[in-house]
Amino acid sequence: MMQFMLLFSRQGKLRLQKWYNAHPDKLKKKITRELITMILARKPKMCSFLEWRDLKIVYKRYASLYFCCAIEQDDNELLTLEIIHRYVELLDKYFGSVCELDIIFNFEKAYFILDELLLGGEIQETSKKNVLKAIAAQDLLQENFYGKAKTKN
Amino acid sequence: MALKKVKGNIERMFDKNLTDLVRGIRNNKENEVKYISQCMEDIKQELRQDNLAVKSNAIAKLTYLQMLGYDISWAGFNIIEVMSSNKFTLKRIGYLAASQSFHCDSELLMLTTNMIRKELNSQNQFDAGLALTSLSCFISTDLARDLSQDILTLLSSTKPYIRKKAVLMMYKVFLKYPEALRPAFPKLKEKLEDPDPGVQSAAVNVVCELARKNPKNYLSLAPVFFKLMTTKTNNWMLIKIIKLFGALTPLEPRLGKKLIEPLTNLIHSTSAMSLLYECINTVIAVLISISSGMPNHAASIQLCVQKLRILIEDSDQNLKYLGLLAMSKILKTHPKSVQAHKDLILQCLEDKDESIRLRALDLLYGMVSKKNLMEIVKKLMLHMEKAEGTLYRDELLSKIIQICAQNNYHFITNFEWYVTVLVELAQMEFGSKQGHIIADQLIDVCVRVTAIRPFAVNEMSQVLDVYASSTQFTIMQDVLYASAWLCGEFVTELQKPESTLISMLKYKNLPQKIEIVFLQNILKLYARCLMLYEIAEDYDKIDGMYEVTQKKLRNSLKSPEIEVQERASTTLMMLEIVQEEIMKRKEQKGNLIDEHEDESDETKPTTKIDEEHTVAASLMVLFAGELNPVAPKAQKKVPVPEGLDLDDLIEEPSLDESSSSDSEYEQMGNLFYKSEQKPDRERYQPELTEEERVKIREARKHEQANNPHYLKGAAKRDNDNGSDNYQVEDIPIAELALPVQLKVLSKRSDKYLNLESGKSKKKKSKSKGKEKRKEKKVESSTDGEDDAPNVIVSQNIEIPEGATLSDSESSHDNMDDPHRALNIDLDLPSFEESLVGHPKLTDKDEKKKTKKHDKHDKKRIKDKKSAKKSPPQAEDLIINDLLLVDEVEQNQQDDSSHVKVQDEILVGDNEVQEKKKKKHSKKDKDEKEKRKHRHAGDGTADAGKDKSKKKTKKSKRKEGDKENTKSHSKNVGKLKMEFDTLVKTDDDYEEAHGISTPSKEFR
Repeated sequence: MMQFMLLFSRQGKLRLQKWYNAHPDKLKKKITRELITMILARKPKMCSFLEWRDLKIVYKRYASLYFCCAIEQDDNELLTLEIIHRYVELLDKYFGSVCELDIIFNFEKAYFILDELLLGGEIQETSKKNVLKAIAAQDLLQENFYGKAKTKN
Repeated sequence: MALKKVKGNIERMFDKNLTDLVRGIRNNKENEVKYISQCMEDIKQELRQDNLAVKSNAIAKLTYLQMLGYDISWAGFNIIEVMSSNKFTLKRIGYLAASQSFHCDSELLMLTTNMIRKELNSQNQFDAGLALTSLSCFISTDLARDLSQDILTLLSSTKPYIRKKAVLMMYKVFLKYPEALRPAFPKLKEKLEDPDPGVQSAAVNVVCELARKNPKNYLSLAPVFFKLMTTKTNNWMLIKIIKLFGALTPLEPRLGKKLIEPLTNLIHSTSAMSLLYECINTVIAVLISISSGMPNHAASIQLCVQKLRILIEDSDQNLKYLGLLAMSKILKTHPKSVQAHKDLILQCLEDKDESIRLRALDLLYGMVSKKNLMEIVKKLMLHMEKAEGTLYRDELLSKIIQICAQNNYHFITNFEWYVTVLVELAQMEFGSKQGHIIADQLIDVCVRVTAIRPFAVNEMSQVLDVYASSTQFTIMQDVLYASAWLCGEFVTELQKPESTLISMLKYKNLPQKIEIVFLQNILKLYARCLMLYEIAEDYDKIDGMYEVTQKKLRNSLKSPEIEVQERASTTLMMLEIVQEEIMKRKEQKGNLIDEHEDESDETKPTTKIDEEHTVAASLMVLFAGELNPVAPKAQKKVPVPEGLDLDDLIEEPSLDESSSSDSEYEQMGNLFYKSEQKPDRERYQPELTEEERVKIREARKHEQANNPHYLKGAAKRDNDNGSDNYQVEDIPIAELALPVQLKVLSKRSDKYLNLESGKSKKKKSKSKGKEKRKEKKVESSTDGEDDAPNVIVSQNIEIPEGATLSDSESSHDNMDDPHRALNIDLDLPSFEESLVGHPKLTDKDEKKKTKKHDKHDKKRIKDKKSAKKSPPQAEDLIINDLLLVDEVEQNQQDDSSHVKVQDEILVGDNEVQEKKKKKHSKKDKDEKEKRKHRHAGDGTADAGKDKSKKKTKKSKRKEGDKENTKSHSKNVGKLKMEFDTLVKTDDDYEEAHGISTPSKEFR
């Protein structure tokens, strides 16, 4: 089971965090800081896996963003890379050539997409199409609301 | 007025939204903190408004700030407010904020129960989905208990979107509320065959997670999974299924044999690296479990190793890393097949990536033989010189030592070489932590290999000579510790003890613990030199030595460390006493010489002092005796003397009030106050009732159980406090040295080989040490060529009489692991399942079984220990079911007393399923009855609720069930259609291809 997923920039700024086990804020911050410094210190040619405490860290850099997941000892690292990649693809489809700014300004959307892909640290939907469909449907619900609000005005 | 308010609200709403906040933060990089604190004020203002839209806007901003590291726990109540909105847009933000910031210990969660329940039952699938997603992040035990029924109901929702989420959610519920597993399991099992691939994959995920932690309870599902594995092409799911098999095979080797073939097929055919990797891992697990029982498993290993070689040779660092990782698993059981790829692994040591080098190092451990050890170590030492980064260096060092020391120095043919290597290692720069490893090795080698002592001790003496006075090398200081001790302990092996003593006296600025070792061993050396001089009757030299030593020790007297001071003064006093004695002897001798001045030379031999009568001899008595390592579990093995019961009360509780302690108290009382105050004592010494005593005793036992310093007796007392026992086993046990002496008797092996000569391959018979108590056989090497001369390594360790080392280890179960509670035997239980799964049982049997089950249930609640083994009968049944008997087949022959054994694992195509379903509707009546039973079983959960409620619930459930069966038959009808669509969207489900090669990257 995936324990958490972090997105952060090359400057070490956190862009997204999803924790599948509830931790106190203090611990989350500590873990985040530790991992960010650890991963940023690694050279580009190095492999994407790290052993950290009793977890395995799988990370991948896409342009200026690092996607970093923590999985348990007997989880499959390559599958985790796959999940990361799937998430990137989804973001890409949704935003249309996604860039870091998209995620900064629409961070809630990024969360919603992630929530359709994973639930409780497990992969929930392996079909890209289905994820996008679900997101689109929910966005539609949301727009209806905004539409109404506008007509009220 | 009202209009104005509304207007104001709307303005405020659009006044600063999330985008503005983000932009604002980016524009105020210099004074971000100030800007944000200002925003926080705005947000607090907004949260005070009545308008939910405004509030949700504020919460959205807070969620962003939370990610930046600001505390938003104070807004918990506001978040719940926004969550309760009936507008999807607002709710969505509320639930997002909740999932990001709520903690499962939060008391606020109590407020959310009903709200979430409402959402779960909402008509809109996205409402329910939202609630499920969010709940998965912060579910608490209370929430899990209260909502498990609702989520369970969602498992039979008509919408796959909900089913899928509910299935995954159930896992989180199980973790928090293990009692939910049993009633939910049959439904979960159903979902494995769900028509929707998403739901199916979710169910596989959940069962896989559950089974990995407690595999034995899920063995009966093997046929279902086997079918899935051979029919599905969705790689995401296949990986999980194969992983699950990896967990199951160690328990059931027969399963492994079945698996090998489909797995090797997959290995050959798949292009997805992730799947390939998983397959290899599982094959390895299978091979380990069936060990050597299979004739053609060598081929499978060969295949794995070959594929792994391809991975390792790949330019992708990730694959290289994983390949090495998997190799190390094979290494444990099949070292030979890995050894064939030594070249590759040595090559990986040169890799740029440190993590890959580390993995390769792990493998090296199994690569060494007597022949190539020196060569490999030499290579590693070269690496060490080049390597940058202390972490890697430290790792290298400990690996070198690990490689050499493995299997009781099995691969070392020349210990002189090894000692030299250790000294060389010590001369390199390391992180300061590594010194003790080298020091420990040096001491260990010298203590256990008698033959190496002369060489090692003289080597150490040189080290002392060079480094004792230098202060730069932190790592060397630890090695000095070993050198000093060795030179002192094995002083008789020293060639020039006096020069060693002089170099030892040169020490300065040593850490306390090393300085005291120096002081102690200076004395040993002194004694030795003294003896030599005495025999030679060189009293002038003794005087000189005394002067120098005394001077140095006086310096140490000034040390700020109390331990050093004490040792120094003790040593000094001893030297003074000895010196006095020496002076006397000197005088005596002087007199003798005076007396016999005129006598001829022949008389001289009579005055010759022999070793036993020297002053030094009496000093050396202090250090007599050999030191042996103590067995790690020695203390635990000390038998409790007969007739001593450690748990017995020392003093029987006296029922008599005027006990001795009372009278004592009286005396005491009379000392301090007048006897009139006597009645007060009742207050101080309340009588303990039997119950209280028991309580106190329990408390004491508990305290003992949790106290790591309390030494437990080895004898288990299962009968009296079985429930506490498993805690006791976790307690670390402190070891103490025992004063039992063991004699080290190891023969000198043949003279060592020359440093560089691997050439001398004379076979020499291995001489074995006669050991009095414990003797591990020195493993004879399997390779004929490998049979280089062996140096005897003493394996003596001190343990109490009669104890053996092989006693079982205490189990290390982690009590905090939520999966412990999930260890529930799912094959015993629920009624419905037992009927479907084992139709052989007659009604009577069933009743019996439920009774058993009930009992069992209670027991489990009482002490949350792992479920007891099922009765042997049932277990047999399970195993029969496992692979050989097809479940569906069984269903049809309801009263079959004979079981049809089938070789094929899987059958069950759609046709059979349909039949099954028909059977289902037939059985509806029976099921009602069953349900009653189950309710009785579930009684504990529903205990608090009144009967009327129960009734309505029951009827509801019945309705639900009818619907369920209906939908099922519909589903069967639909199946073909669904299948068609499946085929169409097939490529959508098959995208796990191993290494990610992004088509589009971020710009």
